[in-house]
Amino acid sequence: MQKIMTMLSCRDVSLSYDGRTAVESVSFEVAPGDCLSIVGENGSGKSTLMKGLLGLLKLDSGQVDLYGSKRTEIGYLPQQTVVQKDFPASVREVVLSGCLNRRGLLPFYSRHDRARADENLERLGMADRARASYRDLSAGQQQRVLLARALCAAEKLLMLDEPVAGLDPVAASGLYALLEKLNRDGMTLVMISHDLQSALRYGNKILHLYKKPLFYGQTREYLETAVYRRMVGVAKPDENDKNGGDHVDGLV
Amino acid sequence: MTALFDLLRELFSYVFIVRAMVVGILVALCAALLGVTLVLKRYSMIGDGLSHVGFGTLAVAMSLRLAPLEVSIPVVLLAAFFLLRISENSKIKGDAAIALISSSALAVGVVVISMTTGMNTDVCNYMFGSILAMSKSDVVLSTAVAVFVLILYVFSYHRIFAATFDESFARATGMKVSRYNMLIAFLTAMVIEVGKRIMGAMLISSLVIFPALTSMRVFSSFKGVVLCSAVLSVACFFVGLVLSFALSTPTGASVVLVNLAMFCLFAVAAKLGVKA
Repeated sequence: MQKIMTMLSCRDVSLSYDGRTAVESVSFEVAPGDCLSIVGENGSGKSTLMKGLLGLLKLDSGQVDLYGSKRTEIGYLPQQTVVQKDFPASVREVVLSGCLNRRGLLPFYSRHDRARADENLERLGMADRARASYRDLSAGQQQRVLLARALCAAEKLLMLDEPVAGLDPVAASGLYALLEKLNRDGMTLVMISHDLQSALRYGNKILHLYKKPLFYGQTREYLETAVYRRMVGVAKPDENDKNGGDHVDGLV
Repeated sequence: MTALFDLLRELFSYVFIVRAMVVGILVALCAALLGVTLVLKRYSMIGDGLSHVGFGTLAVAMSLRLAPLEVSIPVVLLAAFFLLRISENSKIKGDAAIALISSSALAVGVVVISMTTGMNTDVCNYMFGSILAMSKSDVVLSTAVAVFVLILYVFSYHRIFAATFDESFARATGMKVSRYNMLIAFLTAMVIEVGKRIMGAMLISSLVIFPALTSMRVFSSFKGVVLCSAVLSVACFFVGLVLSFALSTPTGASVVLVNLAMFCLFAVAAKLGVKA
């Protein structure tokens, strides 16, 4: 079989939200094994773009193509909703629901699905909480459970919408470590991040968005751009290393 | 103990009570199952809206001398579709819009009634329920609806869970979520239409909301909540009907009060740390 060089391509995509244009002419490509970080201020259209990629919103124009995987083989880690906070569900019930997309029209889970769910719980260190209630978990544990669910759905591609939002620093770095390991094991990641430092550290590609793409390319090239310097608030490029970190923290 | 047996024996010697029992238990069961999803999705008001629209339609149908159920079922199904659309659309304040529709439908009903028949016993029965209203065809209709709801519910149980817990994830992984939402709304409309005769248009929505809310106090898994709601709902209906017979109180209201008592009991249990 021919090796697939592109996994997801987004060509000249425009989207609107509540009748207003939220994202305009975005193009990028994701290759297998990539970790693409999408950064930008609040309201810059990051989540809208991701919804467009997932087919949750209709594109105004442009095209999103998936190569080598079906739409139902993508894992998605959405932002938590109010409904979920006090939802009575066991951890296992939540994780198993990630297997639904491979059930086709069959109504019940197979033994294979159950094994897959347990495997992913194990992978994220949540196996001992399988029977616990989702609403009793800490925010970090809840996020791990949702990630385990996404892994049940995903073969090769995971889309994450601010995976560490609302987590304390310890839980956040734990989750990033998990994501890094998944990425090393061959999972392709597309991740929206509020936290520029982590976006730079874990992503090999950056898409900086403010309605329009301000930058798209390799992470090391991004560090050289004026867009990046404006984002971290550094005036001169040579002060970049010295001050960058502090300013980034201020952005979170 | 023998007194209780005598009471039950007397109770079941009346054909109309047996009918009411059968219809009521089936409706209670279905309402509880659907209620879990409606409450968790914050759609509780839909049940209320549907029953009030049902009452309004019924009043209009009566004044035009049309068959009540044949007219109100299609109208309520249509209402279910619109109420769901309103709830899903975050731009309009969904709960406020539903409250508007439901009180308007009620007002239309009351005005039409006062212009035609006036507030007679029939109208009162429609509002607050009557166990005398059950005919043989009602039993057949409600059994058919209940079997239909149960089969669909069991076969889409996991998908209903997924669509309730996280709509965006379910949609992103290829599920047709709006289809399931519509299914839930339509099934709710059917159940409310059938159950309204016993429970009354004003009280039927409690059958949808109470069991789910009560079970959620104590149970922490979705399956636990669903099973507990089903059992609780049927038990409360049974006890409510027996009590209403023994104390000569209205059936619908008695069932609601038994539900309320169970809710308080579960809430206290939860405060005391009971968990399942």
